[in-house]
Amino acid sequence: MADHAQPAAHAGAAAHHSEHPTTWKYVQIFFVLLVLTALEVGALYVPSIKPVLPFLLIGLAAVKFAIVAAFYMHLKFDNWLFTAFFVGGIALAISVALAFSALFGTFWQAPIGHGAPEIEHGTARPEGH
Amino acid sequence: MATVLDSHVVVAHGAGHGAADGGGHAEHPPTSTGLDHRKLLMWAFLASDTMFFGSLIATYMSYRGRAEELLIGPFPSEILDIPYTSVSAFVLLMSSLTMVLALAAVQKGDQRGLRVWLLATSLLGAIFLGGQYFEFTEFFHEGLSLQTNMFGASFFTLTGFHGTHVAIGVVWLISLLFVSLRGGLSQKDASSVEIAGLYWHFVDVVWIIIFTVIYLIN
Repeated sequence: MADHAQPAAHAGAAAHHSEHPTTWKYVQIFFVLLVLTALEVGALYVPSIKPVLPFLLIGLAAVKFAIVAAFYMHLKFDNWLFTAFFVGGIALAISVALAFSALFGTFWQAPIGHGAPEIEHGTARPEGH
Repeated sequence: MATVLDSHVVVAHGAGHGAADGGGHAEHPPTSTGLDHRKLLMWAFLASDTMFFGSLIATYMSYRGRAEELLIGPFPSEILDIPYTSVSAFVLLMSSLTMVLALAAVQKGDQRGLRVWLLATSLLGAIFLGGQYFEFTEFFHEGLSLQTNMFGASFFTLTGFHGTHVAIGVVWLISLLFVSLRGGLSQKDASSVEIAGLYWHFVDVVWIIIFTVIYLIN
């Protein structure tokens, strides 16, 4: 079994190592991340996309996250077990965050307690709240 | 003996056929998975740290928008400086590039390149920390602290913990630099640099999320 495995191991390892990005590729990836960051900041100054701005920003952040994880952290070229560990943690984190947010009414911005009256900007909250 | 966990069928024990985990051209570690335990441990730690930051971000998101209803200012819209923080984001992004270039250098056996890029990454991390310190002191002078309101409490907790992670990373990288200067980081030790790189890239990735959630979406 080991004899049959060794030629496959050589081929697999050789292909595996040839997949790693070159230095220039890393620089190109950096410029892609830079452009995505510029798009994120620039989107703030475009009034017409304001309705979809949060989704656009989260989407761009997710893309940047994936690019860094895949190329800079080498998940794309590494054993699947590393990806499983990291993605499992991310899935749990997102689940906890969503559950926490739902529990505290983040999605519908319900006021805490019985509803607060209008408060002037920069003033302390009224008595009883 | 082949390991089933490896997608490429390789010999797990002692054969120098290149690392299945994609590190420097080291032998397979004699482990049950054929993977470097230290690297697997780092990924497990990063997964747990993801949950840690996820809970802090969720806390911030839950408190966001409620400060106006319940407590006094200053509020996010009047205090957060997006152009300034964009520069911080750029600095940390560039540090990720220099970190991966440091890893590429050590994998090729380029000691000088390793030291240059490690130093560059450390400096960029220190610049980021300096920027955070300046931002925190500015906010404090404008009346925002941990005790001011929910925004202050959640903001400083989240960014403070992130800054602490960056500081630990800078110390780690400087330590690697010193080890390299003493001749202790050769090509076969590339996995040590890789593991430090994983931590550093994670710190950058967390800032990508924090920058979006706290500064941009607000």
